[in-house]
Amino acid sequence: MASGTHHATEQLDQVIVRFAGDSGDGMQLTGDRFTTSSALMGNDMSTFPDFPAEIRAPAGTLNGVSAFQVHISDHDILTPGDSPNALVAMNPAALKANIDLMAKGTILIVNSDSFEERNLAKAGYAENPLTDGTLGAYTVYEVPMTSITQEVCKEAGVKPRDAERSKNFFALGLVSWLYTRPVDPTLKWINERFSSKPQVAEANTRAFRAGFDFGETAELFESNYEVRPATFEPGEYVQVTGNSALAWGLIAGTRLAGLPLFLGSYPITPASDILHELSRRKEFGIRTFQAEDEIAGIGAALGASFGGSLGVTTTSGPGLDLKSETLGLAINLELPLVVVDVQRGGPSTGLPTKTEQADLLHAMYGRHGEAPLPIIAPQTPSDCFAIAIEAIRIAVKYRTPVIVLSDGYLANGAEPWRLPDLDALETIEPGFASEPNHVDEEGNPSFWPYIRDPQTLARPWAPPGLPGLEHRIGGLEKSDGSGNVSYEGVNHERMVHLRRDKIAGIAADIPLLEVNDETGDAQLLLVSWGSTYAAVAAGVKRIRARGMKAAHAHFRYLNPMPTNTGEVMGRYAQILVPEINLGQLSRILRAEFLVDAKSMSKMQGNPFRVGEIESAITEMLGGKS
Amino acid sequence: MTTTAIPVTTRKDWSSDQEVRWCPGCGDYSILAAVQMLMPELGVRRESTVFLSGIGCAARFPYYMNTYGMHSIHGRAPAIATGLATTRPDLDVWVITGDGDSLSIGGNHLIHALRRNVRVNILMFNNQIYGLTKGQYSPTSEVAKVTKSTPFGSLDTPFNPVSLALGAEASFVARTHDMDRAHMQETFRRAHEHNGAAFVEVLQNCNVFNDGAFEKITGKEVRSNMLIPLVHGHPIVFGVEGEERGVAQRADGGLEIVTVGETGPAGLLVHDEKRDDPGLAFALSRLARGPYEPTPIGVFRAVERPEYGAQMSEQIVQAQEKRGLGDVAALLRSGSSWTVE
Repeated sequence: MASGTHHATEQLDQVIVRFAGDSGDGMQLTGDRFTTSSALMGNDMSTFPDFPAEIRAPAGTLNGVSAFQVHISDHDILTPGDSPNALVAMNPAALKANIDLMAKGTILIVNSDSFEERNLAKAGYAENPLTDGTLGAYTVYEVPMTSITQEVCKEAGVKPRDAERSKNFFALGLVSWLYTRPVDPTLKWINERFSSKPQVAEANTRAFRAGFDFGETAELFESNYEVRPATFEPGEYVQVTGNSALAWGLIAGTRLAGLPLFLGSYPITPASDILHELSRRKEFGIRTFQAEDEIAGIGAALGASFGGSLGVTTTSGPGLDLKSETLGLAINLELPLVVVDVQRGGPSTGLPTKTEQADLLHAMYGRHGEAPLPIIAPQTPSDCFAIAIEAIRIAVKYRTPVIVLSDGYLANGAEPWRLPDLDALETIEPGFASEPNHVDEEGNPSFWPYIRDPQTLARPWAPPGLPGLEHRIGGLEKSDGSGNVSYEGVNHERMVHLRRDKIAGIAADIPLLEVNDETGDAQLLLVSWGSTYAAVAAGVKRIRARGMKAAHAHFRYLNPMPTNTGEVMGRYAQILVPEINLGQLSRILRAEFLVDAKSMSKMQGNPFRVGEIESAITEMLGGKS
Repeated sequence: MTTTAIPVTTRKDWSSDQEVRWCPGCGDYSILAAVQMLMPELGVRRESTVFLSGIGCAARFPYYMNTYGMHSIHGRAPAIATGLATTRPDLDVWVITGDGDSLSIGGNHLIHALRRNVRVNILMFNNQIYGLTKGQYSPTSEVAKVTKSTPFGSLDTPFNPVSLALGAEASFVARTHDMDRAHMQETFRRAHEHNGAAFVEVLQNCNVFNDGAFEKITGKEVRSNMLIPLVHGHPIVFGVEGEERGVAQRADGGLEIVTVGETGPAGLLVHDEKRDDPGLAFALSRLARGPYEPTPIGVFRAVERPEYGAQMSEQIVQAQEKRGLGDVAALLRSGSSWTVE
């Protein structure tokens, strides 16, 4: 393939491409390959897979549209971008479902073969938008992707029906030409991925090449575009999704602690990929257990922790509901346990494939009795690695269940990740009990399971196996120290206070809340947690570029909060908390610190757009948005 | 964990210092005594023994054993035990449960632990009543039972615990009762020997809320005519000398009770607990319609089947032999990586 000699190549500093088609069209794969070749050529990038809950909704309908948005740039970016520069629409439904995202003057690349009566009707088009003039404000490229793909595959002996399935690779080839992506990584990947099905590999290769050549030779496009590599800190990089990073963090964290990893989990969207990833890594000594239900998943994990493993359970909102009772038990038993909640739209089944942040108050308060536990949240897909290690550190050091609040956007979104120096990661000391810690009435050494470390208030962890340390624990209230069952009121109150103080004390063991306040005199503080980090940080950047001032503080630790939180909140006249919920963090901040933290709420199954944050800030600062 | 000889122990060594708090006269006392007295004979260590329970009267059991133990939450003990037993194959894990705990709120966990064949000994105390919540009917209560929650009589068809366990693919299923320490100990010993999930139904009297539920079959005077001992490799016979009855297979495959004097010993069914097909064991579990007809006790089924935790460990060993011990640095580079100078 020659490079586009007779086309002009325009330089762009960034571009946002959205691939959209039927659920069966392979748009997630197409987007993922485009992302990888961009990452390999050194762009910064951020992705947003946006797919329906149905595996294969009726073909050609709006319900079945699956999309993948990728933002690539020659500079540091944080989000998958607000509005695409180019949309690839494989059928009329894909066009209709996404056209509202497209600004005037942007590029639409449509598979013209699919714009026939039946598909137009299924998408609800009375007239063909390609011919009725409604797309006049866009640069529309009509490409007969299906028929060209079938034509080039015919020579390879592939039946037209099978060849049709390679049309996503045609689209990928065309877009790769349009944005001057390297072709070799994709060709290599096709051959590896389909090595057991040579005919499929051949069809996909031919389709990809045909797409690329079409761009080159069809005289349809005036120019193509180039997005030069971004400047990254030196180091080794990989492209990573939140769920992969989280699974890897669990592996790395248990290695740092020298503990076997046990995962008890029940399949649930969008958390299942963590179960999948850990299940294929048995060489790390991981035991993965697909339980009969969510309750058994956490129960088995807790049983494993009792036995001296690091028990982990992964789930999403509805599963967290079911785990509540066992979380209460884990709080009473004071055993290490990590619970990962990849949040999705709720309540109930809600929006299984769409992101939301509405489980914060559930994680904080969703158990009967006074049942505090630490809650932490990753801020980017790659941060899931570090947050998993941190969850293990806190769980082990403080003998407590820890909830990690990820979300659907972080879980499936990808970004470049500079690999950490593994040798620099701090080891985690399990500190198992090794000897009796008490003397009984007869003067014999004995073991009391609830004698606490005076610093951390953590109790000894004594897995079965050591003679002299036999003990019984349970969900009934325990006598302070001995751990024997106690119904005594004053003791209960003391235990409630101890459990509270233990968790609250973790605040002294976490970093202070950092404030990004460039000039130090901003009046408005933006507060983010979890995945809102990206849009808020990008919004604040834009505001500053316009000469206005805003500060930004991001919470990775939701419970307990950093010790300087009250002081930071008190420093600003205005506080704005954008959240993908009805204002859960803002409610906590108001309750805990008596500050006027205003909520900015969005619950549409997708992350904030940077423009939305920018407008909200502008409005709060009294300017026009 | 230790390699020293197993110390000689007595019941006292296996009893914790906690006061036993069941109602006076409760059948649980005799089960506890049977277990505490059996443990020194099993050749196991206290520190390698764990008793787990859920909620209910039976669930207090771990507090009274001087071993490691956990009194967990309602119905979940088999799930917790699955995590413990699969990660710690060196431990002896016992689950103590009741008919409400394991057949009602925890039914799902019980059947899955059984089908997976996790190495746990599940002792299910069946008193056909909710005791700790003061007398509501349970999933094993007979139809039309009048209790506080069913003043007009219960409507639910009860579970037959042995049938249920057999249907759940259990590899070891047995029944015993709280009036016969020797039989309990022999049954528990067999459960302990079994490499996999062992399910034992213990008929247990709740003298406060359901007194005499099993009297018609376990009472001292009637026992020999009403309990049918199952002995592997032997014809199934019961009853006092001279009036022996036995179990025979009818032409249609069903089982019936016959008088040995009339049919002769040749036609009796020979009990085969190792039979791969659980059909006959199931038929035996259905012989009595309730605890008022001659009821089989002993081991219904004891077949060898791969144990879950051992298989899980084996997969790890195989993965490590094939790929070497996992390397985190290599894991992070398992996709494509690139270097920025």
